Amino acid sequence: MNDDMPGVLTSKVDWLINWGRWNSLWYLLFATACCGIEMMHTGGPRADVDRFGAVPRAAPRQSDLLIVAGSVTYKMAERLRLIYDQMPEPKYVIAMGSCANCGGLFTRSYSVVKGVDLVVPVDIYLPGCAPRPEALTDAILKIQKKIKGEHWADKRRPLENARA
Amino acid sequence: MLEPKAKPKDGFLLVNMGPQHPATHGVINFLIETDGEVMRRATPDVGYLHRGIEKMMEITSYPGNMPYSDRVDYLASMFANHGYAMAVEKLLGIEVPKRAEYCRVIADELNRIASHLVATGTMAMDLGAFTPFTHWLRERESINDFMEFICGSRLTYNYMRVGGVYADFPAGLGDKILRWMDHFEPIVQEFNRLITNNEIFVKRLANVAVIPADLAISYALTGPNLRASGVPFDLRRSQPYGAYPDFEFDVAVGRGIRGTVGDCYDRFVVRVEEMQQSCRILRQAVTRLPEGEWRAKVGRTIKVPAGETYGKVESARGEIGFYLVADGSDKPYRMKIRTGSFTAAAVIEAISPGLMIADLVAVIGSLDVVAPEIDR
Amino acid sequence: MLAHEILEKLTARFPDVAFALHGELPSDPSITVPAPALASVAAFLKSEPGLAFDFLRCACGVDMKDRLDAVYHLYSMKVGHSIVIKVALPRDNPVVDSVSGLWDSANWFEREAFDLLGIRFAGHPDLRRIMLPPDWEGHPLRKDYKEKSDYHGIPTDRLDPVKV
Repeated sequence: MNDDMPGVLTSKVDWLINWGRWNSLWYLLFATACCGIEMMHTGGPRADVDRFGAVPRAAPRQSDLLIVAGSVTYKMAERLRLIYDQMPEPKYVIAMGSCANCGGLFTRSYSVVKGVDLVVPVDIYLPGCAPRPEALTDAILKIQKKIKGEHWADKRRPLENARA
Repeated sequence: MLEPKAKPKDGFLLVNMGPQHPATHGVINFLIETDGEVMRRATPDVGYLHRGIEKMMEITSYPGNMPYSDRVDYLASMFANHGYAMAVEKLLGIEVPKRAEYCRVIADELNRIASHLVATGTMAMDLGAFTPFTHWLRERESINDFMEFICGSRLTYNYMRVGGVYADFPAGLGDKILRWMDHFEPIVQEFNRLITNNEIFVKRLANVAVIPADLAISYALTGPNLRASGVPFDLRRSQPYGAYPDFEFDVAVGRGIRGTVGDCYDRFVVRVEEMQQSCRILRQAVTRLPEGEWRAKVGRTIKVPAGETYGKVESARGEIGFYLVADGSDKPYRMKIRTGSFTAAAVIEAISPGLMIADLVAVIGSLDVVAPEIDR
Repeated sequence: MLAHEILEKLTARFPDVAFALHGELPSDPSITVPAPALASVAAFLKSEPGLAFDFLRCACGVDMKDRLDAVYHLYSMKVGHSIVIKVALPRDNPVVDSVSGLWDSANWFEREAFDLLGIRFAGHPDLRRIMLPPDWEGHPLRKDYKEKSDYHGIPTDRLDPVKV
């Protein structure tokens, strides 16, 4: 019984820390293209994502969720990486829309990055063009589920399937 | 990195505003030479959303190009669809049925209201008032519902086809739109009491960044920006197209009611007045919708004979023009898209000297530039 | 005023310049002007009272296979007529006078034509790339444009959906 005590204490601490994190996912306003408007609508009155604790922030240093909404061009890609690097740990990334997932409608274009995971590691890929606010809410709920299984002592590492 | 045109000296800072910034409408960068608060010059640095739409249109067939025209301006994509369809129909010599023209006008005017809701709402938000923007998002959700009813999509509609529209106007939607307008028009009055006639708002916008009429014409501004400078040029009146000759509406022109003609306040008021005029057109269009076909007979593959034309519409942000060079095959040879925000972004450099950085935010909001229109 | 009437006025004022009128209905008519004469013809079109073309609606370049064309769409606010002016340029050295002194909107239109097609405008106050990053190589809208394999380390190859 005395051996179990540290485990029980750690899991309670884990749960408490994770509870704080998943209920206050502040997202960065990184809207490049059309998906940005759907992101605005998701924060708007009807599909209100504020009830999950997610409020929009303008500065990367104050946010823990980066929703890459819209196509990222080669000119913008370096700035995206800079912004991702400025966010404090633990940070999560949702690639919203087909353009962010794989280039989308603009795959054959000369100036669009073919998938934002060539630049930043992505946790959740959200398909759609543009995904409905309900879909973005579902993506945020999936990030919450991811956080529930975390251990506070593990440092989050870039994902193995990221091409970055 | 980008080379600035002049290296600042003697206590001037060179500050990057953007490309990720909540108050630039999209990914636009501004190189500001400032002494801390007053700017000496603000140079727009664009291209962060250049997706190569013109090149994509050269390698996609004519029907397949309609979604690309949507993404030129996602807030006013019905207009881009309309302009593209007009350019192709002109070269093919297709006559669009009357019912389809009315459907196009209804879709266009609904989209104009939706776009101006975002324009005025984000302008209020940039100046610090966050609440009106959420009210406008609520109204915009109703319009999104109508659009979903009409064409299935909330944002980039892909509604129009060469020769007409995608599907018939649904039965019963006309009454819903009329009832919504009965609810919406008093809300515009409430917005006017809250924001447009608000003393703080007026003080921040009146007499700021005046664009005189000759500067506006020289920089080829179009749409509400040009009309706010006193030039009554509206494509729906001057070079009418579609079913617009059948409707009665006024063209909102800036009158300098609280400041000078052509200041930021005028550009804001012109947009609010245009929303009310769009409601007027919508009432006429919905009640007088004629019977008939909603699409002319066009084959599956469209081969346009060699020629060139320029199809233009009066969009929410100005004039969207499609200069199409066709060579007889089933893909365009060259498609140049001329947008209203491109020229509006160019004029920022000319009017920025002497303004404060907070005024620059007001100017960008009042010109209603969106990044995809500038960069395509 | 119709296109052939404008052409008559131009030939009356510039008898030595070889104009040409193209385009039958339903195409838009256009007047081709030789490159050395563009500056004076443009100034005449703007200042002549009966023509008064004060609005440069659109200026772009087109890559015809054997040459590059610079195309200018002009409109007159006072009179209400419009005309299309074309200038044919050789592919290997496409240089033409800039009209940004007459119409301010030409400034950015010409920068875009330079960026995407490589047409140089003599006398332009600030001719540099506008849409693409300043260190981009090539002019994408040309028909013989070849993409590079990566840009600053981000690869440009596309995943084939069938193989993946």
